[in-house]
Amino acid sequence: MADFGGDTDAFRAEARSWLEANFPPSLKGKSGLVALEEATSENADLKAWTKAMGEKGWGVPTWPKQYGGGGLSGAEARVLQQEMGRVGAWNPIGGMGTMMFGPTLLEYGNEEQKKYHIPRIARQEVRWCQGFSEPGAGSDLASLQTKAEDKGDHFLVNGQKIWTSGGQWADMCFCLVRTDNTRKHEGISFVLIDMHDPGVEVRPIKLIAGMSPFCETFFTDVKVPKENLVGPLNGGWTIAKRLLQHERSGIGGGGSGGGGGVFGVGGSPVNLAKKYVGLDEKGRVADSDLRSRLIGHEMDAKAFQLTAFRMMAEAKSNQGPSTATSIMKNAGTKVGQDRAELIVEVMGTQGLGWEGEDFTPEELQTVRGWLGGKATTIFGGSFEIQSNIISKRILGLPDPLSSSSN
Amino acid sequence: MAVLTEEQSMLRDAARTWTQEKSPVSAFRKVRDSGQPLCYDPAAFAEMAEMGWTGVIIPEEYGGSNFGYLSLGLVLEETGRTLTASPLLSTALAAASALILGGTDAQKEAWLPKIASGEAVGTLAIEEGPHHAPEKVALAAAKSGSGYKLNGKKTFVLEGMAANLFVVSARTSGKPGDKDGITLFLVPADAKGVSRKALKLADSRGAAIVEFAGVEVGADAVLGQADKGWDLLEKVLDRARAGLSAEMLGSALQAFETTLDYLKTRVQFGQVIGSFQALQHRAAKMFTDLELARSCVEAALTAIDNDSPDVPELVSLAKAKVGDTLHLVSNEMVQMHGGIGMTDAHDAGFYLKRARAAEAAYGNQAYHRDRYARINGY
Repeated sequence: MADFGGDTDAFRAEARSWLEANFPPSLKGKSGLVALEEATSENADLKAWTKAMGEKGWGVPTWPKQYGGGGLSGAEARVLQQEMGRVGAWNPIGGMGTMMFGPTLLEYGNEEQKKYHIPRIARQEVRWCQGFSEPGAGSDLASLQTKAEDKGDHFLVNGQKIWTSGGQWADMCFCLVRTDNTRKHEGISFVLIDMHDPGVEVRPIKLIAGMSPFCETFFTDVKVPKENLVGPLNGGWTIAKRLLQHERSGIGGGGSGGGGGVFGVGGSPVNLAKKYVGLDEKGRVADSDLRSRLIGHEMDAKAFQLTAFRMMAEAKSNQGPSTATSIMKNAGTKVGQDRAELIVEVMGTQGLGWEGEDFTPEELQTVRGWLGGKATTIFGGSFEIQSNIISKRILGLPDPLSSSSN
Repeated sequence: MAVLTEEQSMLRDAARTWTQEKSPVSAFRKVRDSGQPLCYDPAAFAEMAEMGWTGVIIPEEYGGSNFGYLSLGLVLEETGRTLTASPLLSTALAAASALILGGTDAQKEAWLPKIASGEAVGTLAIEEGPHHAPEKVALAAAKSGSGYKLNGKKTFVLEGMAANLFVVSARTSGKPGDKDGITLFLVPADAKGVSRKALKLADSRGAAIVEFAGVEVGADAVLGQADKGWDLLEKVLDRARAGLSAEMLGSALQAFETTLDYLKTRVQFGQVIGSFQALQHRAAKMFTDLELARSCVEAALTAIDNDSPDVPELVSLAKAKVGDTLHLVSNEMVQMHGGIGMTDAHDAGFYLKRARAAEAAYGNQAYHRDRYARINGY
C-alpha cells in the first residue's frame, strides 16, 4: 500500500476501489450478530471477506503495519469506516483478540510475542478467550487461586476459571494465574494458555436467557511454556487492569456512542410504545406514567451519547481508554438495561415470548436481550466495583478498612 | 470540558481567578447580610462589566466582543461556583439576546451599548404565575393611538429591582394560553405607570413583582412582530435557559467538591467518613451525573452558537439534566455535612436555596422533560 501521508482523499479513493473489488455483495448490511452465527458455517463469501480484510490489516486498521495491522492514521480509519458504511460492508475481524487482548499485548508484550500473536489476531486465525474470574474470585478478582508452578522451562497450571466467554470455540486463553502465594496483587502473572492442551476441559454454562455464551474452564497439569508469560513474573495485575479498561469501554459503548453494549435490545421504546400502547387525543403516549418514564430514559440515553462524543473529542490526543471508562460503563449499561426493561413493559405479554410463531422475531429477541443484558452490570467489573474505582481513583476517597481488590 | 479556543480558555481562567479572589461565597454572604436592596454588589458588577463579561454575546458594533454563548457559559459556570450575585444572566444574556434576535437597528443602538458597558440592566418580565408558562400571558397591551397601553402584572422578574429595561410579554390578541397574539415590548423601568416591589425569595437573590398600570408605549416599543412574539420569546428563553444551565452546573460542581472535601476530612468511628462505601457510591453517582450534565450544557450552548435546529431539544435536555443533578447534589451536600450543613453559618444552605430558585427559573425539570417529549413527538 502506498504512503498516503495526510491526504485522505487519495486514501478514500484507494479504500473505495479496494472495497468494490473485495467486499462480497451477498454480505451487504448483515449485522455482526449474523456474522457470528455464520462463523461456524461454511459461508464461502464470508471466508473470502475475512481473508481479504485479514491480509489487508484493515480489520484492525490502526494497529502497526509491522504486526499485520492496517497502519492507518485515525483520520484514515474514519474514512475507511465511512466507505465501508457506504457499501454496507462490515468488519469481519473481531472478538476478544481485537477488542481487549491485542491492544494490551501491543502495550505490554515483548517483540517476539507481538510478532507471533498480533498478526494471527489481525487475520482472525486464532480465537481468544479470557481466563480471569474464578468461582471464588469474582468482584474480588485478585483473590484468584489458579496456580502456576515454575518447572524450569515451563509453568504447570492447575485450577478453574469461570465465565470464560466463548471458551468452547477458543484456541488460546489470556489468563491470570497465581505465581506467588505470599502476596495478593503482586503474586499474579499474566500467561497465554493453549486451549487445545489435553489438560484443558471446557463446559458451557446455560444462562437465564437460554444461551451459553460463557463456560467453566478446568486446567489440570497444563504445561505453559515460559515464553508465554506476558510482562514480568508477578507483574500481571497491572496488565489485567489495563485490559479491563479496554473491556469496559467496549461494554459501556463508550467507543461507539451506543448505550446498550453487546447485549442491547434494539428498537426505540418510544416508537414501540406508540405501536403497542397507542396515543391519546393529544398525540401523547396514552399511559402518562409510562410516558414520563420513557422521557426520562430517552434523555438519559441522549446525555450518555453526548458524553461519549465529548469524551472521544477530548481523548483524541490521548492514547487508549482512561479512568472515565468507569463512568461510561456504569452510565452506558444502565441506559441499556433501562431500555430493555421499558421495551419488555411496552410490549406487554408479547414481550415475554420465549419461542414459537405467536411472537415476532423482534419480540423474541427482546426477551432474550433483556435477560442477557443483566450480565452487563456484573461482568467486566460490576456496577459496584466501577463505583469503587470512581470513588478511589478519580475522587481520591480512601479505602474502606477492609481490603479491596481494584 | 469542551475543546476550547485560546480566547475561551483565557476568558474562563480570568473568570475563575476573579470569582475565587474577588467574589467567593463569603462575598455573597456579605451582600445578603447587608440587606442591600438590589441583592448584589454594584461595585462587583461594575468590575465584571469592566472585564467585558457584559458584552460577550453582543456584536462588536454595539460595544461587545461577539465571543458567543459557549464563552458566556464559561463565565456563568464560574460565577455559579461561588454563587456570585449579579444581573449578568438577566441583562447580558437574556435581555441582550432579545435585542440581538428581535431588535430593530434603533432598538439595538439604544440599548445594546449600555448593556455591554454595564450602564443599563435589562431583564425579562414574562411570568404571571407560580409555574413557568410563557404562553399563559394575560397582561394586556391594547392599541392606543399609534402605540399601546399596557395593563397587568409580572412576577418572578429576575433582577427586577435593578432593571432599567423590561422585555415584557403582553397579549395583543387571543387569550392566555394561546401562542398567537403574544407581543414583546421594550419598556423602560422609568416609564409612567411602572411600579415594582421586591420579591423576597429563599435564595436572597434579586427578584421583583412589576406592575404595569396603563403604561403608554409607542409602536417603536414593539420587539419583533406584533401578535407574533411567541417564536422570538422561545428563542430568547432558550438562550436564557442554556446560560442559566451553565451557572447551575458551576453551582453543582462547587457543591459537590465542597462536600467531597468534607468527606475526606470529617472523622467518625476513628476514620474519615469518605472511607464508607455507602457514601462513596453516592459520591460516584454524583460525579457521573455531573459529567453527563456537562455534556448536555456544552452541547446546548454550542448548538446556539451554531444556530443549529436542535437548540430547543438540547436546551430542554440541559436544563432538565443539570436541574436534576443540582437538586441531588444540593440535597446531598446538606445530608453529608450532617448538623453543620443545617446551620446558617455554613454555605450548604446557600447552595440548596439557590438550587431550587434556579431550577424554577425559565422552567423546572418537569417542564423541560415534557417539552423534550413534545419536541420529539411523544
